[in-house]
Amino acid sequence: MIPLDINGKRQTVDLPGETPLLWTLRDELGLTGTKFGCGMALCGACTVHVDGQAVRSCITPISAVANKKVVTIEAVGADAVGKALQAAWVDTGVPQCGYCQAGQIMSAAALLKRKPKPSETEIDEAMSGNICRCGTYTRIRAAIKQAAVQQGGTR
Amino acid sequence: MNALVVANVSRRRFLQGMSLGGLVLAVGYPSAARAADEKKYGADGMPHGWVDDPLAFVSIAEDGTVTIVCHRSEMGQGVRTGMPMIVADELEADFKRVRVAQAHGDEKKFGNQDTDGSRSTRHFFEPMRRCGAAARTMLEAAAAERWKVPVSEVQAKNHEVVHRPTGRRAGYGSLAKAAASQPVPARETLRLKDPAQFRYIGKTQKLVDGRDIATGKAQYGIDTRLDGMLYAVVARPPVFGGKVASFDPAEALKVPGVERVVQIEDSPPPAQFNPVGGVAVLARNTWAAMQGRKALKITWDDGPNASYDSSAFKASLEDSARKPGKVVRNDGDFDAAAAQAARRLDAEYYIPHLAHATMEPPAATVRITNGKCEVWGCFQSPQGTRDVVAKRLGMSADDVTVHVTLLGGGFGRKSKPDFAIEAAVLSKAMDGKPVKVTWTRDDDLHNSYYHTVSVEHLEAGVDAQGKPVAWLHRSVAPTIISTFNPAAKNEAPFELGMGVINVPFAIPNVRIENPEAIAHTRIGWFRSVSNIPHAFAVQSFVAELAAAAGRDPKDFLLEVIGPARQVSPDTLGDTWNHGESPERYPVDTGRLRRVVETAARQAGWGRKLPKGHGLGIAGHYSFVSYVAAVVEAAVDDKGQLTIPRVDIAVDCGATVNPDRVRAQMEGACVMGIGVATLGEITFKNGRVEQDNFNAYQVTRMDGAPRLIRVHIIPGDYGKPMGGVGEPGVPPIPPALCNAIFAATGKRIRRLPIRDQLTV
Repeated sequence: MIPLDINGKRQTVDLPGETPLLWTLRDELGLTGTKFGCGMALCGACTVHVDGQAVRSCITPISAVANKKVVTIEAVGADAVGKALQAAWVDTGVPQCGYCQAGQIMSAAALLKRKPKPSETEIDEAMSGNICRCGTYTRIRAAIKQAAVQQGGTR
Repeated sequence: MNALVVANVSRRRFLQGMSLGGLVLAVGYPSAARAADEKKYGADGMPHGWVDDPLAFVSIAEDGTVTIVCHRSEMGQGVRTGMPMIVADELEADFKRVRVAQAHGDEKKFGNQDTDGSRSTRHFFEPMRRCGAAARTMLEAAAAERWKVPVSEVQAKNHEVVHRPTGRRAGYGSLAKAAASQPVPARETLRLKDPAQFRYIGKTQKLVDGRDIATGKAQYGIDTRLDGMLYAVVARPPVFGGKVASFDPAEALKVPGVERVVQIEDSPPPAQFNPVGGVAVLARNTWAAMQGRKALKITWDDGPNASYDSSAFKASLEDSARKPGKVVRNDGDFDAAAAQAARRLDAEYYIPHLAHATMEPPAATVRITNGKCEVWGCFQSPQGTRDVVAKRLGMSADDVTVHVTLLGGGFGRKSKPDFAIEAAVLSKAMDGKPVKVTWTRDDDLHNSYYHTVSVEHLEAGVDAQGKPVAWLHRSVAPTIISTFNPAAKNEAPFELGMGVINVPFAIPNVRIENPEAIAHTRIGWFRSVSNIPHAFAVQSFVAELAAAAGRDPKDFLLEVIGPARQVSPDTLGDTWNHGESPERYPVDTGRLRRVVETAARQAGWGRKLPKGHGLGIAGHYSFVSYVAAVVEAAVDDKGQLTIPRVDIAVDCGATVNPDRVRAQMEGACVMGIGVATLGEITFKNGRVEQDNFNAYQVTRMDGAPRLIRVHIIPGDYGKPMGGVGEPGVPPIPPALCNAIFAATGKRIRRLPIRDQLTV
């Protein structure tokens, strides 16, 4: 049994410790907002936060996150940064198919928490691990800047 | 009639609703079959055509919530927002009180549902307007009846009906029940709005799914969860046409969580939309199934394509491209004109196989209970999915329900429901228990319906000023038809009509040839399809001719297009014309000129650029829309390419949701950059060499343009609309390569560019 803290909820799962967090979230806990894209940490669709850091859940075994705080797209809006990003995403019309956007928002939230006013280069560096096949990158950049400005204004 | 023709005609749905005429031509029986079958265009030519019945699409609850059915699949183009906008506008519904319901696969009820060919809006704009207007008329009639006043005195406005003389009002909710029992008005009696009165159409509307997407609530095919569901992954033959020789499930069954191992039968050719066969592992979760699959011991019989090798195939295509092939258009006398020309130029272009690599890989779930089958998944062709699943299970399509989720990208891959059949076969093997099949990324890259691979050979004879007087284009590429008829070796009319024969240049002597090519894998539709290689070759070659003539590439391109005129596709040898009427949709060189001029003007064509920067231009007509792009490329002294800015001009006629048109152009631009710079699927020993995004690279944020500016040419709602989802891609690779030439003097003729610029 592995104790997990997902979105503030403590629970245990009866799975082999090497089971990736991604499939535990999706298949066992029903949190399907976190997406599968590659299984090798190459596309970022599965990004979640573990103790505030952006982590690729597809290669993160649950044994490695036991008792750590895991936040997924379903709960990232509970804090101001996540909420501002979600609003900016809707506002600037970022999504096309939308499949990668949960991972994009999770990467962006981790970035803004670390760097409230990222430069263009810092945005590119933080976000280039996240693939969007629809090609929404220019709008992702714009939405991150919008959320950053908004956050700056409220601090 | 030949059996082959009959077989293909009966498979018209599998061919994505291409007009029958085009299809029959594809297998070489033009005149008799065409005469026997009156040609229909647009939505009329699609399986099950169109439906405009408000009872199928609109329902109103007593609380006033208006539910509008979207019968097309949402894959990022914004159709779940756009279609309901059209209905809501004519219905005079308040869009804030509109809920969108997704249609299941049922073309008899909803009309054609194949979400492909950039045609959802252009085929359903008018039916959806009528649908909304009919529902509005029923609400007005119900109100008039209630108030016992002439219907001419009432008017629906913003979710209520008003009695003009008295100012009495009734909300849509209060009228819903009475309106539902009104007769559906006859089509010819409907009053449609003057476009000047449009409330939503033509004005940007936010996505109806935007909030759900941003909060992780949106449901895709891969997200389906049913009680008691098993999770499956499938080990498929590594070579197309191969099969399982033998397998041992013992080790797989020992993996914790694995419940069953089931063989899926291979399918004899033609490939169609059948699963390729293999061995499935079913488990309590996807991860356990994946571990079980690793533990399978399978011996494969590779079959006839075991020697497919991309390098050797490229050489064979080049060989074919250098010899005469089937003449598919012949204006004037190329040979004579070229012989007399002041100068002759030639060039050859290569564009490799591509995989769609939708971020959501194919995924489908099936449950069979009491003789009824339910399917959930990300399908571009819900009715097609229903039909093939029914056929494979030996059931009537009436007993199969296909639920369409959001699609995490489509790009043509999800038009082919092989993955739904896999889930159906597995559910049946488990006595109907729900089974979800999830494709991993390597499954997706190894078992795609690939974009074709092609060599485009061009020759021109130019006059003393460098202007082309003779034009020869030989296009060699395995055809999509091979997926349905393995003997097919020539491009079909619908492929030739994607920017190789229907190039409306002002050149008197034109010969287009199509030498044969044999497919060794499944070839399928990929966003923009054959327009990609054709536009790359044509628009690069025009720029090469401009350079040889020492002319400005934009001015030269306009001169080659010639004066503004309407060209009948028939005169270009194009019998397909994207399935549209040649009278309603002629090739309009004026519109093509205008997008070229607009993109150039907006990009500041001719502006002074920093060292290492260059501007490139390309314009292309596809999916009955006109798009031109100016790319600014920057190449540093190490050969590192960046793209500071792209200006795109699009003329797709009038628009429904302009911001989505913009978004499609932006996305198409990024995909086009990816095709040009990175994308390549290669085969060795019959096997795809790329397993994941490390080897099959796609554009990431750091490689995307810094700025993409989209300029929409205003349209007229009284005129036919064009496509939007696909026409943005084709001009991008040539515009980029033309920009690289301007920046560096290096001409790219082989895609992807990858390290060709590295110094």
